[in-house]
Amino acid sequence: MSENLIKPENLVYKKTEVLTDKVMHYCPGCGHGTAHRMLAEVIDEMGIQGETIGVAPVGCSVLAYNYFAVDMTEAAHGRAPAVATGIKRVFPEKFVFTYQGDGDLAAIGTAETIHACNRGENILIVFINNGIYGMTGGQMAPTTLPGMKTSTSPRGRDVVTMGNPLKITELVAQLPGSYFVTRQAVHTPANARKAKRALKKAMEYQKLNKGTCLVEIVSNCNSGWKMTPVQSNKWMEENMFPFYPLGDIKVPQE
Amino acid sequence: MAKRGDIVIDIERCKGCGVCVPVCPQEVIALGPEVNTKGYNYLVKVNNDCTGCTNCAVVCPDAVITVYREK
Repeated sequence: MSENLIKPENLVYKKTEVLTDKVMHYCPGCGHGTAHRMLAEVIDEMGIQGETIGVAPVGCSVLAYNYFAVDMTEAAHGRAPAVATGIKRVFPEKFVFTYQGDGDLAAIGTAETIHACNRGENILIVFINNGIYGMTGGQMAPTTLPGMKTSTSPRGRDVVTMGNPLKITELVAQLPGSYFVTRQAVHTPANARKAKRALKKAMEYQKLNKGTCLVEIVSNCNSGWKMTPVQSNKWMEENMFPFYPLGDIKVPQE
Repeated sequence: MAKRGDIVIDIERCKGCGVCVPVCPQEVIALGPEVNTKGYNYLVKVNNDCTGCTNCAVVCPDAVITVYREK
């Protein structure tokens, strides 16, 4: 008797119109798709599809402009916060976001990220942290955990010779220009809903011209980590979350 | 008794990642034996215990699942 439930009046969840119908190129089980959808749902719920401008990075999410049905542009590697700064200054009434991975935001784009946050540009930076360069074949990233094996650290990251993982989100939270800094995940329904609330808060702060908001989403890279999607989510809980604890890092003092 | 729900699976978009399977409290979904045109073992419904909680649809990276729940 379940067929008779499939009626428009019973609909409780469907893909938002802010995502295009294009099938995403991401690997099966990649957190990018869920993160895209949470952001798209926020844009949909706030009714700002026509007023939102996104900046796509270089990395796995380089083609993000194909999936969001909003105005988007592509930035040079790591330069998304600089491009977003320009867009926001020309169109101060628009909602501007960047969507960047750790190889983009925390490596080649460290300077742009830190200076945009220090200037307090009124943009939202969505930062996907999976501790690896996924697109280029799983090389070590600045955010790779100590001892974590990647294709360029096959015996595990040795912090003496390869340096320590960069907690750029905590670093950004120290800066006077950042307003709301939080770390979330999207691998479970509860985490995904929380991440969506954080993204919505950040977009609402942008409306109030409060400063830079950075939402980090700790995500999986099952291909780069050489695991199944379900295993990679479990590995992320056991290994990534102790080092990158979830929760708000900087919340507005009001 | 919990409300009854149902899901519609877009099998051609499904990549068979299985992230949705452990989050279903009613064990309604599983990866099936058949493959879609891309060769993925797509998601299938294995019983009618769905309550329309939307957990599976929320975690699906590819927005494959549409959820209905009786009003």
